Amino acid sequence: MMDMIQTESLRFAYPADEGQNPVYALRGVDLAIERGSFVVILGHNGSGKSTLAKTFNAVLLPAGGKVYVEGMDTLDQDLLLAIRQRVGMVFQNPDNQIVANVVEEDVAFAPENLGVPTEEIRRRVDDALKAVGMDEFVTHAPHLLSGGQKQRVAIAGVIAMEPACVVLDEATAMLDPVGRKEVLSTVHRLNREKGITVILITHHMSEAEQADRVIVMNDGRVDLDGMPEEVFSQVAHLRHLGLTVPDTVDLLDRLRQNGWDVPLDALGVEECAAAVAGAVKKS
Amino acid sequence: MLKDITLGQYFPGNTAAHRLDPRTKILLVVLYITALFTAGSFYAYGLMAAVLAACVRISKVGLKALVRGLKPVLFIIVFTGVLNLFFTPGEEGLLWAWGPLHITISGLRNAAFMVLRIMLLIMGTFLMTYTTSPISLTDGLERLLNGLKRFHVPVHELTMIMSIALRFIPTLIEETDKIMSAQKARGADFESGNLMEKAKALVPILVPLFISAFRRADELATAMECRCYHGGEGRTKLHVLRYERRDYVALSLGILILAGVIAMRAFGL
Repeated sequence: MMDMIQTESLRFAYPADEGQNPVYALRGVDLAIERGSFVVILGHNGSGKSTLAKTFNAVLLPAGGKVYVEGMDTLDQDLLLAIRQRVGMVFQNPDNQIVANVVEEDVAFAPENLGVPTEEIRRRVDDALKAVGMDEFVTHAPHLLSGGQKQRVAIAGVIAMEPACVVLDEATAMLDPVGRKEVLSTVHRLNREKGITVILITHHMSEAEQADRVIVMNDGRVDLDGMPEEVFSQVAHLRHLGLTVPDTVDLLDRLRQNGWDVPLDALGVEECAAAVAGAVKKS
Repeated sequence: MLKDITLGQYFPGNTAAHRLDPRTKILLVVLYITALFTAGSFYAYGLMAAVLAACVRISKVGLKALVRGLKPVLFIIVFTGVLNLFFTPGEEGLLWAWGPLHITISGLRNAAFMVLRIMLLIMGTFLMTYTTSPISLTDGLERLLNGLKRFHVPVHELTMIMSIALRFIPTLIEETDKIMSAQKARGADFESGNLMEKAKALVPILVPLFISAFRRADELATAMECRCYHGGEGRTKLHVLRYERRDYVALSLGILILAGVIAMRAFGL
């Protein structure tokens, strides 16, 4: 089966001032994102993670190499709308991506642009709002909602396009812990129940725990790539990259350094507690 | 202080006035204004006032809210009234004179007409914005002006600009409040001083506000493109405007009233 998104030695540079060499934000990225997977892309500021995300639906076009969305080349101008319909994008600031001043009108924005018939728009808007748990707020004014609610409306606005993949570009960065939880559980549910591929860009390590796959970006390249347990067990390397590991892994790592025999890959709080309890019993 | 802006204020409701198609309401306001400028007698103005009163009654918008709408233009109303009162040319029916100032019967009449005209005009227009949500208002405007697209008037773009502007009013007000608080916390003074000093104190608010507005515009444009926005071509609508029987009835009544006012003028009533 064709991959959802595939990149081939992808390079990208932001325009530089005259006389200066362009700085490459991406320097050769080869990735294949599997359909239906939940992928978290981590990295500190300036690692290229957001730039990478923006190449996935042709907001940014590769300066070298290729990006394919379900086999469609993002450099092909004729495929632009088809690509953007397949890969939806949610951004950091909820206020700056809500277009209309009524929730339902905003969710309807994308299907309206795609020329979907009126009755079908109605169905999609209701389905999308139900999918993010905002169906009580159909006729509300977006500016009166909380951050987490606004971001869920923004997700509904993307879901209404019926995309195969949703990219969240630091969509939880401006939210309080409650809002972050709302948004995360919403995208996990969409991934599980609707089979939508989710690509979550973040610098919160804890958001990566339940992912199928974690990709760590550094200096425009993929640095680590694997299951969360594999990636987070490289504690020393992650610290070297300027990333903090989840609290559970941090605890296990310290215990190990003090001579305890505990595994490093017990990511969840329950698993971690069980691992520690097991080690205590054994001694 | 910033919360008082009534621009595009909307009182939600479900009366006949609210349910009318926005296009009908815009057309009715145009008819009403035309009738106001045609009216030339107290009878005609009485009719116009009665029509407005009936509409207010139907819409269940409080008279208080309408009168409040007059406040910002109070100065213009008084100014026009005074100007007409003292400077209407002619000597006939002189009541009082002092130097170049004089009050005549026709001056009194003119002043009363002008004041009535402005007040009714503003209240009529406000009644429309009070009973129509901004989004359906821009929607109606777009559909009404649709024909101008043939002459390369960017109707869709203009109405899109309008609805985004309306959408961002509360966001920008909130931001202004935040910036003002931040500046006050660092000792800025917005209240004291004369007009010049007060205006100067606003500069440090406007600069960050503009910068952030531009950043917002950039992000919003990207977000819109990500949701497949590509202009008005081939766009469909969640809410399609459809003329109902009540719209035809309302428009017929509007035309009838305008015809009545024209007839009154023709017969000198």
